[in-house]
Amino acid sequence: MSARVLAPIDTPLPRRRRAELLAEIEASGLTGRGGAAFPTAVKLAAVARTRNAVVVANGTEGEPASWKDKVLLAENPHLVVDGAMVAARIVGARRLIFAVGRENRTVRKRLERALAQRSDGFDCFVEAVPDRFVAGEESALVNLLNGGPAKPTMQKPYQRGVLVQNVETLANLGLIARYGAEWFRERGTADEPGTVLVTVLGAVRSPGVAEVELGTPMREVLQRFGGLSALPNAVLVGGYFGTWMRAHDALDLPLADAALKPFGASLGARSIVVLPQDACGLAESARVARYLAEESAGQCGPCVFGLAAMADALETLDVDRLRRLAPQVSGRGACAHPNGATRFVASAVEVFADEIARHHAGRCTGSACSPVLPLGASREWR
Amino acid sequence: MEMSMKLRVNPILCDGYGHCAELLPELVELDEWGYPIMPREPVSRSLEPAARHAVKMCPRLALSLEKRAR
Repeated sequence: MSARVLAPIDTPLPRRRRAELLAEIEASGLTGRGGAAFPTAVKLAAVARTRNAVVVANGTEGEPASWKDKVLLAENPHLVVDGAMVAARIVGARRLIFAVGRENRTVRKRLERALAQRSDGFDCFVEAVPDRFVAGEESALVNLLNGGPAKPTMQKPYQRGVLVQNVETLANLGLIARYGAEWFRERGTADEPGTVLVTVLGAVRSPGVAEVELGTPMREVLQRFGGLSALPNAVLVGGYFGTWMRAHDALDLPLADAALKPFGASLGARSIVVLPQDACGLAESARVARYLAEESAGQCGPCVFGLAAMADALETLDVDRLRRLAPQVSGRGACAHPNGATRFVASAVEVFADEIARHHAGRCTGSACSPVLPLGASREWR
Repeated sequence: MEMSMKLRVNPILCDGYGHCAELLPELVELDEWGYPIMPREPVSRSLEPAARHAVKMCPRLALSLEKRAR
């Protein structure tokens, strides 16, 4: 078993000097577990150079196909709090804000109970955030904390003394502060060290969340979820900003960005959806494309009009139109929302090319009645 | 160090008035919804005055010229 961030804590958090802690984190090679995989030590060092730093523990997880942060917060809230305090020591913050989705009350209660049990000299607050896809984007989250809507801005929080770190990243800080960089690197690969939480859903016997080593073969990962429950049609790697892959490509790879890169894919926040053979990848993708269009914060023209146009074109299977739209949309918003949505749609067109031809001939392989990919429902921005 | 200028748009502020494409057709193209597509290349010396004028004329103050090391 490779449980680390989900394992019970059995030792107190040692008091160590901030320079020593930062050096340990740098040596560990830990990268952000929220999806962007940015080196954690670099971000910590940037915020440590600012004054009046604040730490924001990001457990919002607005991605409907991922619930690993909710599981972590519910099962091991103290380790996340430990990590937030390690981060606070490094950047010189006294104030810690724990941002969680509004709808999951269990997560909030467990976190609040854990915080009530602590007396470490930090000011801790819990902020309930609207459960929207982009609300957890760093600048959107900070905008909300400053009294605005949970919509992205052009600011970079880490340049202004706000350290936003995903809760799984923080849990790892809590462990590295205890056991050190060398211990951390005993799991995973040399380039991608450590363990990660994965959310697996779709055609597996027991969908859910598990902790696995980076580099674990995908088939072995699926075994942790009871194995395949149906013949796989395709695999969505990295959630709704992720990439559709052919099942035979995806299943033979190890769980690591280095292996996924040649396929134009990355692990993102490590949501993996196995699409069963009786589900139509086009219908599933069109539903998600429409959802992503509706989740646009409505601020940037190319995102507002572009994502809606993409969802239309995917519904009508107008491949030429989709090809023309991609460069007009990707990279043209304040945040990565249009880029992620464009990548998702482009991979659907590629992987389900045969299915598109079948649809143009009036047929569809899909016979399943209930949709596989879950969508969010919140309509609030504040 | 020699500096070059890069034309940027703040996509949150931009409402697609299109003045930039009108004033700087050499550099700015509009997408099908009327929002400007920024040039990848830095602004050439000869176009810098026109670019500065476009920045000034943007009704949303969404356009800017940023200094970059060449």
